[in-house]
Amino acid sequence: MNLDFDFAAEQPKLVQLLLGVVAFCAVVALLLLVLDRAPMRRRARLHAAVLLAPALVLLAIGLVVPAVRTTLLSFMSGDGTAWVGLDNYIWMFTQPEAVTVLRTTLVWVALVPVLVTAVGLLYAVLVDRTRFESLAKSLVFLPMAISFVGAGIIWKFVYAYRPEGADQIGLLNQLVVASGGTPRQWLQEPPFNTLFLVVVMVWIQAGFATVVLSAAIKGIPAEIVEAARLDGASPVQMFLRVTLPSIRPALIVVLVTQSIGTLKLFDIVRTMTGGQFDTSVIANEMYNQAFRYGETGKGAALAVFLFVLVTPIVVYQIRQRREAVR
Amino acid sequence: MTTVSSTVTVVRPGAEDAGGAARRVRRSLTSRTASAVAIVIALLWTTPTFGLFLSSLRPEDQIKSTGWWTFFSAPDLTLENYQQVLFGTSSSSGRMAGFLINSIVITIPSVLFPLAFAALAAYALAWVPFRGRDWVYIGIFALQVVPLQMALVPLLSFFSEGVSVSGVQLLPAWELEGTARFAQVWFAHTCFALPLGVFLLHNFMSELPGELMEAARADGATHGVIFRAIVLPLVAPALAAFGIFQFLWVWNDLLVALIFAGGTAETAPMTVRLAQMAGTKGNEWQRLTAGAFVSVIIPLIVFLSMQRYFVRGLLAGSVKG
Repeated sequence: MNLDFDFAAEQPKLVQLLLGVVAFCAVVALLLLVLDRAPMRRRARLHAAVLLAPALVLLAIGLVVPAVRTTLLSFMSGDGTAWVGLDNYIWMFTQPEAVTVLRTTLVWVALVPVLVTAVGLLYAVLVDRTRFESLAKSLVFLPMAISFVGAGIIWKFVYAYRPEGADQIGLLNQLVVASGGTPRQWLQEPPFNTLFLVVVMVWIQAGFATVVLSAAIKGIPAEIVEAARLDGASPVQMFLRVTLPSIRPALIVVLVTQSIGTLKLFDIVRTMTGGQFDTSVIANEMYNQAFRYGETGKGAALAVFLFVLVTPIVVYQIRQRREAVR
Repeated sequence: MTTVSSTVTVVRPGAEDAGGAARRVRRSLTSRTASAVAIVIALLWTTPTFGLFLSSLRPEDQIKSTGWWTFFSAPDLTLENYQQVLFGTSSSSGRMAGFLINSIVITIPSVLFPLAFAALAAYALAWVPFRGRDWVYIGIFALQVVPLQMALVPLLSFFSEGVSVSGVQLLPAWELEGTARFAQVWFAHTCFALPLGVFLLHNFMSELPGELMEAARADGATHGVIFRAIVLPLVAPALAAFGIFQFLWVWNDLLVALIFAGGTAETAPMTVRLAQMAGTKGNEWQRLTAGAFVSVIIPLIVFLSMQRYFVRGLLAGSVKG
């Protein structure tokens, strides 16, 4: 065994960390110093400028200008030298490999928000007010803290494949074999391999839905429930007529948040299949085109399309939030 | 535009007591089937992680030849996988200790920077009256719709080529080598976190009572003093919530790290290394399981110890889509 790990080699990293933090403290201290010196009575603009400067500069460099440039790049050739009009967009909507990516993304967006909400709601209702409620919620909530990469590996292990006859090491194939089936390479057989990836996303996000919906269920006023009970509502009626309408805002929050997250999904696909076997989605394909194949134009077009898809959902989400306040 | 600067739904403490509906629904649904379904879900949600953890403690030849459930009939545990994946120096081992340090070096500033800059900006937008304030706020607010995919290519070229307009170099390239490339990752994470951070902290800050600020100003306090002595302590829970979210986001991030930190042992975080291993050493389960568990355990600890803030933040809408 070879364990002579060189800790001295790690030192420059820590020096770098120290430098970064010191530089940051210097910047913040300078800003606060300027603020303390500036007279309070007048020139609110100056104060505001000092306070807002770091955020605005960073946003301009890191988001605003890049977003504009990406939009321009999407109308240019792969190396960003010549204008090609709509070629990149035509590629996206006509070439089979790109259309497959769009279709797979559609499957994701159609399934994940609904499944996450359904599982989360079911679980929240089932464990509500039981003795083990907080423990039960924590168990389902824990995957939220795990990276998508970590979750991808956990599930890749569940889906692991060994040839027929050999001992299975993956739980799913073991269950299949135990019930008399033949083991399969779950992640390599389109079109159903995407579903096995969707499971991972649902597994990660269900805890989020559980917590949000559970809080909403606890927020239903007691009088409403009492009234419905006196009217002789059955449990199913109670659920459909009282619980569901009462938690509608929370349901929308979950559906909307999940839709946005699913559209931008990248890590799971990248870790588990690398986008092979027809599993690639927009964000993964964007990465491939822009950073692996050097097709900046196509990558940019995919990013712009992602932006176009996400915008209405985010706008809707923001309007919902504002309504929730009134 | 005061309506924009409003808060989001937060569950009030009193609401806990008013959960009669839930009680009723549950009572009616409480049956053996209901409990059974709940237990099945709980098992489905914990078994995969448990299997991974148990496997990471089993000897290499056993992981590769038998399922982890055989452990119960033939228990055999070892820490060798962890030693190998963390400290092994052969090219096939994970060398995860170095990547673990990279993750830490990436994460600390990437949480600290946006927290501070977002707090300063949010304070200005909430409590410094200046002309055009609403427009600045709406501008930052609207940036939430921009997916970070829109920013990746140009931001990378900003670092590597600088800024030039029609052949005139306005800003030089950063030309960062080696560990200095951490600065790129910090920069990218900070930029991407600001719209949500400003939005959330502004929500909390604008809720603070105006009389406090008025009184402080009447006493001659400057904005710097008000910010430090009054606002920061009062919004500490919001800072904690946003801090945890940003921590989990950065620690678990793959995409930003892949692009701005690269894939070398010098700067890449654990997620990048694990993704590499899952691709090229997809069957080296003894290293994958142990490596994955190392990367998962730190956010789990942070998460469990600060779950209260996390849930509060989550209910206040601090989820980056």
